Parts: sequence; structure tokens; C-alpha cells
Amino acid sequence: MLNNKNFLKLFVLIALIFFYSPALLLPIFAFNESQIISFPVEGFSLRWFEVLLSEKTLHGALKNSLFVALSSAAFGTFLGVLTARANSRYEFFGKKPTLSFILIPLVIPELIIGVALLIVLMQLGLSLSLWTVILGHTLLIMPFSTLVMMSAFNNFDQSVEEASMDLGETAFGTFRRIIIPMVSPGLIASFIIGFTISLDEFMIAFFLTGTEPTLPVYIWAQFRFPVKLPSVMALGTIMLIFSLVLLTLSEYFRRKIPKTESSRIV
Amino acid sequence: MNNNTQQLPIVQLKNVEKSFGAVKAVDSVSLNIGQGDFFSLLGPSGCGKTTLLRLIAGFEKPEAGQIIIDSKEMIDVEPNHRPTNMVFQNYAIFPHLNVEENVGYGLTKQGVGKHKKLEMVNDILGLVGLTGLNARSASALSGGQRQRVALARALILKPKVLLLDEPLSALDKKLREQMQIELRELQKAVGITFILVTHDQEEALTMSDKIAVMFDGGVSQIASPKELYDHPTSKQVASFIGNMNFFKADIVSIDKKNIELNSVTLGQVVLSKVQFPIEPKSGSVEIGIRPEMLAMSKKSTNSIKNSCEARIDEISFFGDSTWYKVKFLLTDEISIVSEMHSQERVEWKLGDKVTVSWRPASFVGFI
Amino acid sequence: MSSVTNNNLKGWRLLATPFVFSLLLLLAPLLLMLTMSFWTQDYLTLDRTFTLNNYEEALTQPVYQMLFKRSLFISLSVTLLTILIAFPVAYYISFYGGSKKTLWIFLVTIPFWTSYLLRMFLWKVILGYNGVLNSLLLWLEVITEPLTVILYNSNAVILALTHGWAPFAILPIFVSLEKIDRSLLEASRDLGDGATQQFFRVVLPLAMPGVVAAGLIVFIPTIGEYITPKLVGGTDGLMIANMIQVQFSKANNAPLGAALSVSSLIIVTSISLIFVIYNRRLLRKY
Repeated sequence: MLNNKNFLKLFVLIALIFFYSPALLLPIFAFNESQIISFPVEGFSLRWFEVLLSEKTLHGALKNSLFVALSSAAFGTFLGVLTARANSRYEFFGKKPTLSFILIPLVIPELIIGVALLIVLMQLGLSLSLWTVILGHTLLIMPFSTLVMMSAFNNFDQSVEEASMDLGETAFGTFRRIIIPMVSPGLIASFIIGFTISLDEFMIAFFLTGTEPTLPVYIWAQFRFPVKLPSVMALGTIMLIFSLVLLTLSEYFRRKIPKTESSRIV
Repeated sequence: MNNNTQQLPIVQLKNVEKSFGAVKAVDSVSLNIGQGDFFSLLGPSGCGKTTLLRLIAGFEKPEAGQIIIDSKEMIDVEPNHRPTNMVFQNYAIFPHLNVEENVGYGLTKQGVGKHKKLEMVNDILGLVGLTGLNARSASALSGGQRQRVALARALILKPKVLLLDEPLSALDKKLREQMQIELRELQKAVGITFILVTHDQEEALTMSDKIAVMFDGGVSQIASPKELYDHPTSKQVASFIGNMNFFKADIVSIDKKNIELNSVTLGQVVLSKVQFPIEPKSGSVEIGIRPEMLAMSKKSTNSIKNSCEARIDEISFFGDSTWYKVKFLLTDEISIVSEMHSQERVEWKLGDKVTVSWRPASFVGFI
Repeated sequence: MSSVTNNNLKGWRLLATPFVFSLLLLLAPLLLMLTMSFWTQDYLTLDRTFTLNNYEEALTQPVYQMLFKRSLFISLSVTLLTILIAFPVAYYISFYGGSKKTLWIFLVTIPFWTSYLLRMFLWKVILGYNGVLNSLLLWLEVITEPLTVILYNSNAVILALTHGWAPFAILPIFVSLEKIDRSLLEASRDLGDGATQQFFRVVLPLAMPGVVAAGLIVFIPTIGEYITPKLVGGTDGLMIANMIQVQFSKANNAPLGAALSVSSLIIVTSISLIFVIYNRRLLRKY
């Protein structure tokens, strides 16, 4: 059965349809005149997009999300760079265990992370705010950034840095002229990945946000009101397009990471 | 070759030691390298030659000993402040810069103006044969071109010593042979001291003024290529440089100038004392002779002095020469005989009986 | 200074900040969560005496037992279904994808980048009583009454989660299929294997590490799922995460919530370890 190419191809196409078709509903019902999300479609309209324009809470939530996403991506990338650099350049005591430890958030359900952080904040008497969300997201983004940057650092070997020193440059000069330019595509990819993760992250934000919701938390609140659903579809359509653009950008930058002669290709 | 008896050596190593954990990579090495020399560090993998080079460059710090370059102690001097520049084994070309930017890299720190920099870059590109490739990106270069860029990049800074870490190992045979000649000519043209690390003894013999042969972290012998080949001071060096046939022999008698030996295979052999790097006292020794120093003839052993009978076991054709594995009839011992092809040579066949002969002066003796 | 000490210094100088960050924000909270699970909360006051009551409650009360069982059932079903869908897709791309392999993989990973929240919400919209599926089927006159079996139960949760996670399962399986030396397949054919035999004797065993990885990638997050059961699970499809969240809000019983979280973590880790050990045993064989 498995060696029947056509049967397999059919299976794959059906699977792809299964994966993609729900998302197609977003634009269909975003432009649908009707208030109710069901067939038959009642005509083309842009009113739900107009509704979005006037929703003040939405704008607030969007601003919050952007703030959180930019900050978390920045911190997460920074910490990931440090970890990746240490792991790809030096042999030191406790190298493997600490790396595994830093990668743990990848294998724990977000729920647990959110709960644990909530408990800490409760015990410390700290109030919840966007900053607590940023802390949680940074923790989540750090492992991803570490992995991306390890791939970037492993893709060129030490002799390039040594060559720069040999030719007279200082350590800082080498960092500025050689290392940063060579890993900058990785930095950008890591930042974009972190940004996307934070933007869409619900669980931790749900647990740790105070009075200012992030976009996913806002959207979650909308689910309770049927009257809000069409505008959610409109919002979803916009987000869908935005994610696709981000994804393409990130992949473009990831592929641009330069490799030297004796590098390992990841 | 430079006569450096009046000048101080440009590089002096005194009892340099370096370990990595439990492994002693460089074991109390001392040597001097003369200004303007093409000096090679030769040895098998793991002998410590690359470590030694990196110690000179400053990428490793010695645990003991002194490294003096141009009469200055280098103990606290970082690589970027040493009067050395290095060509790395994989060339380490900066992939995000083009040829011009790569070659001119070191000049930026020196504050050289744009005009002057371009002039210098073009000069050096001409010297290495890469004129006109200024705008070529690093990723679009062939192996040979990358090597020249690495050379240019280092030479443009006019170092006192150029260090080369197996620069030709990544190139194919033909290109390698061509580059060997070019490197030698380049070195003579710029007059800079070159220190080359290689495991390829042919390469070292072709290019160097002097060679230091290294084994297991130590230097076994330092000599010119010819000296190394004709008068190796140990069996290890003798086997590593070129090929050698070894025979066990017992000392029969020693007089003022000569040593009479008896070998089961070869019979009586009389060598002069100078053929032994270390003079033997008594007992058994090993004597060695190069394949090209053994001759083969159809004549019988009675008509040739210093000969014995053998049979041809294997024949290997090398284009300009042929190598024969011969088995001595008396003892079944095997030796290699090589013959350069010439107009009058004999076409030997497998299984042929031959008379192998030699001149006693061609042997080297080891205790 | 020896190279070893030098390396240690340089390595740790870099690693210090992220490591401390992780200690404070990962290890400390987890430890605190563990500690809290041994306390009791009475409305808003916290009693710090050590007690195992929470665990007793978590492990013996029928409601929690049921939730754990259901969460495991849903999670394992989803894992199985995603692998069953992912494997043929990965197989096709790896063996028949040709030069377009990267394009196929790219197409497959796109769903990863769109909002998970929205994707699960769409299932609510699709499966609802007046939702897309029902209205479509009614409109096309395939059914006369809206279907009710498809929403607000475990089936809906399993369906939605399978949809959400199948693409994730494809990548690891693809990677390990790619690693299979094609000449092994030729060799097995040469030695007499038919297509089915070849699959079970060569392909599947060698692809197992990828299958196990895919299993873990799906299993671990899905068992802690909150959104999907809340959206499409109704009362019959709720999972343990929903109950944990309740403890931290309406029920005001953080210690119990902590105990439930710790229990979930232990369950997830144990099952994952079983998977991983099984995987290692497999790898050792080859």
C-alpha cells in the first residue's frame, strides 16, 4: 500500500485539505454580510473590518501584545545568544546539564509554567502586569532562540575569529566586524520566531496578565459573545496574513546564515 | 638560502612545553629559524607541529619555555600584536566579505587610507595572481583562489614571519604541485621567513630550506632536505622521509675508521663510522638503504661485488619509475628496489631472478 | 592559566545570565509549586503546615481521577491519530518528494505559524449546532437535523487536537525517514523482500526514533491542553488543565491546583521517559 505512489499522493492531498480548510473559513466569514457564522454565505461586506477599527479595547490589546512580543523576543534572543555562544565555543564544566536545563521549557506544558510562575508571583506579593507576562514569554522563547543561534554559531568555525585576531583586530573589533555580521541572519530569525511565539501565546498570558490583556487574551474574552464572532473572523484573517508574511521573512533570513568552508550544515 | 651566521635567528624557541589535559603536545622543544628561511615543521598527525605553530602565532600559551620573535619575548603578547601572520588550514576566508575586503581586512585597524589601501590590495593581488578579482564574493572562489586570498591577506601586512598551517592539503594533486612551486617563488620574492606545517614529506622536501622533523611532541632532527634524506639521524626519521629498506646486522669488528658487519641476507658489509649518526659499540644494529640505491642486473652474483640473488615478487608502475618488491632467495626477506625509466632499462617481469647489488657507502646505520 | 580553567571561565561568564534567569524563573517556581502542593488554602489565607491531603484528594477523588484518565485517553488518542496521519505524509514527501521536498515541508509547516487559538476556535465554529459543518450539510440537504454528536464531548476535542498537532508530527518522522540510507532499501529488495516486508523490516524500525520524537512532541503539550477542551469539550470533554485553572480562580485553592499540576507533570514525565527509554533501546539495536 505504501509503495503505491498515487494512493499516497491522494492521502497527502486530503491531509493537506484537512489541515488548511478550517483556516479558509476565516476570510470567507470575515467578508460575509451575515452576523451568524454558518452557511449559506449572505453576501460580501467589509463591515466587520470597520468594527475592528473602532474597537478601542482591541487596539489596547494589540498595543500590549506588540509591547510584550517585542520585549520578550529581545530578551529571549539576548539570553539565547549568550547560551548558544557559550555552548558552541567553549568546553566547560556542566555544559550538557545546563543546556538541557535551559531547554526544559520546550518539554513542559505551558500550563505548568504559567501555574508555577503565578504561584511565585502570588507568594512574592507582586502584582500581575505586562511585565510578568514578558518574564514568562522570555522564559519560553529562550530555548528556541538558543537552538537557532547554536545552529548559526556552529555554522562557522573558530578559525575565522582567529584569523581576524591574527590580522590585528581586537576581540571587540572581531565581534563587531566578523561575528555579528555572520550571525545576524540568525539573530533576526530568532527574533522573529520569538516575536511570533509571544504574539500568539495564550496560556501563560492568561495566567499572568493583570488588567491589561494581550491580544490572545482579548480574543478569548470575545468568544463568549456570539455577536462579536464575525469581527473575530475579520481579525483572524488579518492575523493569518500577517503570520504568513512573518514566516516567509523568518525563513528567508534563516537561509541566509553564511557558512564557511569547513562548517557543518544544519 | 640565507647565511644567517651573522644575524640572530628571527624565531627562537627554548624548551617550549604545551599540554592539553594529560596529553603532552609539545615536549620541551628548542629550535632556531633563520631570517628569510623557508622552514617546515614536518611530522605525522598528532606530532605537535600544528600546536607549535599556534604557539608561535599566539593562539596557544606555553606552559614553560620561551618564544622569541625578532629578538622580543612573546610571553605576554597577544596574536594581534605579534609580528606574525597566519594562513589557516581551511583558509578562514570571511564569507560575508568579498576578495578586496578580505585582503584589506588587516589594514583597517592600521588606519590606512582608502586610496593607499586599494593600491596595496591591488599590488598584493598581482603578486598572488588574483588581479581583477576584487569584487568577487568569498563564496564564489575555488579552492586554489581561496588559498591565494588567504596568502594575500596575510602578506599585505608585511609580517616578519608567515605561518602556514598545511595550506595545500585541501587541494588536488596537480594544483598542489603547482602551488608548491609558486609558494617557493613567492617566498623568495618577498623575502619573508615562512614557517610551514605539513605531514607530506614530499612537500617539505620540495619547498624548504630547512626541515624540523617532529614525532610525539619532540623534534627528532633539523636539517636541510638533502641532509635529512641522505643522513637521517634515526630510524624513525629515515622511515618517515622517503622509503628505506632495513636489514639487521651484527657487528663483527670495529677499527679506527670502519665497522665490519655481517647481515644474514646481504653477507659482509663494511661501513665507515660516519655512516652511523650514533657510533655503535657492539652487538646488532640496523642498516638502511634507499630503494633507488639498490641496482638490479641479469648478471650473476659472481661478477658483481656486494650483491645477492633475489626474485621479483611484485611490480608497481609509477609513470616515471617502477618499484619492484624483491624477495632475497637466501632468507626470504623483502626489499623495495626502484628504477627510474631510461632508454636502456630492462623490462623485468614477475618471477624473474635478479642480482641485487649496492654500494656500501649508500647505507645509513642505526643502533 | 591552563586552557581548561580558561574555557570554564569564558564559558560560564557567558552562561551566567541565562542560567540564573532559568534558575529564578523555572527551577524556583517549580520548586515553590511543589512546596505549595503540601499546604492548604482556606479562602484567602494560606496554611503552611505540611500535609499530603491535596495529593490524597487529587488521587482518590473520582472527579480528578476521571479527569486524569480522560486527559490521558484524549492525549494518547491524539498522539496515535496524528502519527497515523503524519507517517504516510512524511513517507510520501521523503520518498516521492524529489526536488520539491523543501517546498512540501514548507507547505506542511505553515499551519504552525498561524494562531493556535484561532484554529481551535474555528473548530468550535465548525462543529457547533448552528455551525459551519451543520449548516453546510443542511444547506446541501445531506442531513435534515443538525448533528449533535460532534460537539461538546471528547470526540470534538480529539478531532480538533489532531488537526492542530498533526503537522508537528510530520517533521520529526520526515527527518528520520530522510536519514535512512536508500541503499538499504535496495539491499533488502535484492535479498528478496517484498514491499510490505521491506516496510516492516527496514523502513519502520529505522524510522522509529522519529516516530517516538513525534509522539513526544504531540503528547506532552496536549495533555496540558486548556483552550481546546474549553472551546469544544462542553462538560464531557474537559481536561485536567481546565480543573487546575479553576483551582486558581473560582475555587481559590492554589495548593490543590499545585498538587494537580505536580501530579500531571509526574504523569507526563513518566510516560515520556518510557517513550525515551524505548527509543534508546531501539537505537542501541542499530
